[in-house]
Amino acid sequence: MAETESTKVLDEIKTKFGDAVSPDEREGYDGYLVRAENLLDFATFVRDALGYDYLSSVTGVDYIVEDKMEVVYHAYRTSGGPALLFKVQTQREKSVVPSLVSIYPGADFQEREAWDLLGIEFEGHPDLRRILLWDGFHGHPLRKDWREAYFEEDQKPFGNRWPEGKVYRIEDKVPFNKNVKYPANFTPEGWVPEGEGTLYASLGRMEKSNGNGTGSEHIVVNLGPQHPSTHGVFRMVAELDGETIVDLKPVMGYLHRNHEKIGERNTYIMNMPFTDRLDYICSMGNNFAYALSVEKLMDVQPPERAEYLRVIMAELTRVVNHFWAIGFLLNDLGAFFTPALYAINERELILDVFEAVSGSRMMCNYFRFGGLARDLPPGTAEVIRDLAFERLPEKIDELERYLTENEIVRVRGEGVGVLTAEQAIGFAAAGPVLRASGVPYDVRKAEPYSIYDRFDFDVAVRYNGDVYDRYLIRVDEIRQSIRILQQAIQDLPEGEIQTGRPQYQVRVPAGESYGRVENPKGELGFYVISDGSPTPYRYHIRAPSFINVTGMAEMSRGQKIADVVAILGSIDIVLGETDR
Amino acid sequence: MYGIGLIKGLGVTLKHFVETYVEDIRWLSRGGRYYDEEALKVRQSTAARGIFTVQYPEEKLPVPEEFRYIPFLIYEVDEDGIKVDRCTSCGICAKVCPPQCIWIVRSNDPETGRPVPAPTDFFIDIDICMNCGLCAEYCPFDAIKMDHDYELASHDRFKDHIFDKERLDHPLSYYAEIRPRNYAEEERARAEKEAAKAARRKSK
Ligand code: SF4
Ligand code: SF4
Repeated sequence: MAETESTKVLDEIKTKFGDAVSPDEREGYDGYLVRAENLLDFATFVRDALGYDYLSSVTGVDYIVEDKMEVVYHAYRTSGGPALLFKVQTQREKSVVPSLVSIYPGADFQEREAWDLLGIEFEGHPDLRRILLWDGFHGHPLRKDWREAYFEEDQKPFGNRWPEGKVYRIEDKVPFNKNVKYPANFTPEGWVPEGEGTLYASLGRMEKSNGNGTGSEHIVVNLGPQHPSTHGVFRMVAELDGETIVDLKPVMGYLHRNHEKIGERNTYIMNMPFTDRLDYICSMGNNFAYALSVEKLMDVQPPERAEYLRVIMAELTRVVNHFWAIGFLLNDLGAFFTPALYAINERELILDVFEAVSGSRMMCNYFRFGGLARDLPPGTAEVIRDLAFERLPEKIDELERYLTENEIVRVRGEGVGVLTAEQAIGFAAAGPVLRASGVPYDVRKAEPYSIYDRFDFDVAVRYNGDVYDRYLIRVDEIRQSIRILQQAIQDLPEGEIQTGRPQYQVRVPAGESYGRVENPKGELGFYVISDGSPTPYRYHIRAPSFINVTGMAEMSRGQKIADVVAILGSIDIVLGETDR
Repeated sequence: MYGIGLIKGLGVTLKHFVETYVEDIRWLSRGGRYYDEEALKVRQSTAARGIFTVQYPEEKLPVPEEFRYIPFLIYEVDEDGIKVDRCTSCGICAKVCPPQCIWIVRSNDPETGRPVPAPTDFFIDIDICMNCGLCAEYCPFDAIKMDHDYELASHDRFKDHIFDKERLDHPLSYYAEIRPRNYAEEERARAEKEAAKAARRKSK
């Protein structure tokens, strides 16, 4: 059926667009190549006629040999099913492609990211500024010819580590201050942050006269970057009319380390522990997505037992994350730390399991291509069983008794920070944020990966799209995760946990792949391009914590300033992933 | 009625509070619930009720066998009491290390000109080490393993944080002590291999 549908789609595209759109026929690639001048028409067609209403991911790629920049779009239907990929190419010098923000508002931050890191200009973007780096940054770091301050070699492993082993600290070779390049004519001392000016101007600040000599003015308030409510180093610039939010801009990148550039220097296996550091609450889930995307390229399948263990770890991670998110949402609402600590209690027990199997509580580094690092140690299966059948069900009931009917939680949450279903889809919101707005979209059901099709569970969905529903949906999801855990630990088969011999350097055939999972915070995707060498040619992350913030302004408008903190808490971001 | 939810919630807090004391009293006859290994284990298990915290550093959480921190090197002691490195200086760990914090010096035998199968020196920059454990996982000679010691704070990072071979070296017995299950498993595999080899030789 999929075949006939895709041929039908192909025919339709042919008749409508002729030569402007052609299937991408490069070896190992998929989707369509669209001419830049037809991109807007094509995207509209894809959204309206073909029903791909959810633009999940926007990725820039630098094909330096062909002297081309490419932007890759992954569009999905919220009713489920595989992706429709389309790509647009432009030259490397003065790269310009049309912006899709008018069609898919969720492209907003992602296009800014592609501009920032790859220097691709998006014509028609309402606010094309750098997003992760600062104004004094020289160049666009993900371009293949850009080199970082402590550059050693293009690919790891670096030749001098063995067998000469002349140990040194890179800071000794490149002392601090000598490691920065500024754009031409830029002096850091004399820098007036004009970016701030554009930032404030972009807020549309206004003054109004009352006609009697007095006037009133909107004021701008910065929340963060150092602010206890921002869950890390994150800043929100809010324009206020009295206490009411008129507009709001999130500012991020304080924790940026160009994870993707590091990833393109690393060999495939080296990236596994690096993915732990993205959303560091959910390292097992990050491992999962990365493993899937590379396994797709390598065409390997993990053995049965490993599949079950993967699901168990992923669902335990979901429980961990949602307990954490609920605890800290309550912190943001002013219930200082008691709910958070009760929630962390349960999290600790699960982290003990992670530590026992993987050696680390948070930086698990547990998945391998085609399997897992090691099997469960003795006794751990019993602990998981105990958690799934006894402890967690009891504790989630207790948490509900504690919070769900609490009048303060309800008053602070109900009707606050509303995102409608259409808006949520438009902004490419994912995970609990999307599902609390009434869109039952969950990758585990929409495009089942691993062995999720074997388990009996429901996609949690709530309909009001407010802070309170985003709290409730997390409780629902914990319950569903417990259901999956119970089934998985019951059915856990014996056997191998790794297909083939563990290898420290894997051979990955050339091609592209996109592996995605339903991480606790939403759809986490890894877009990996291999050119057959030991390191990925392109390694891009669709980070839910980053993209979910796109709708932040919409959720906050018209709310009181104090609610912004709750709204941010209800989105549940982790800056390790937002800033990458 | 307004406020019922609040009161119910406070009930939960009260329950946690009371449970702590109930548990304390239950443990009285066994010498109390704090500063005691047995009690700590229960306090940190799925059976835990009431207070959950650990009084570090007087109390320390027991680390599981797989726990990983900084790698160390293993040497064996032969019949003559001479230290023999397990490491053959093959360089795999340096090649797999994600942040590239392993430096290995391999030297050549002056007579034959062939590489000596033992490292002349071995450095790990522990400030850069990301504790991933890949080196230990892929070392074909079980020569590098992950340590459990996590209390490594020091005053001078430049002087103290690049571990050299002397600092990294640990006897096999240390490994057997902190990772008994892994050790036993590896010894079994090794013995099997030896036996198979001997059998092959015999049949020839
Ligand atoms: S520790 Fe192991 S992997 Fe590293 S050089 Fe020595 S033998 Fe090779
Ligand atoms: S634990 Fe990881 S980072 Fe540390 S030395 Fe070993 S491979 Fe390198």
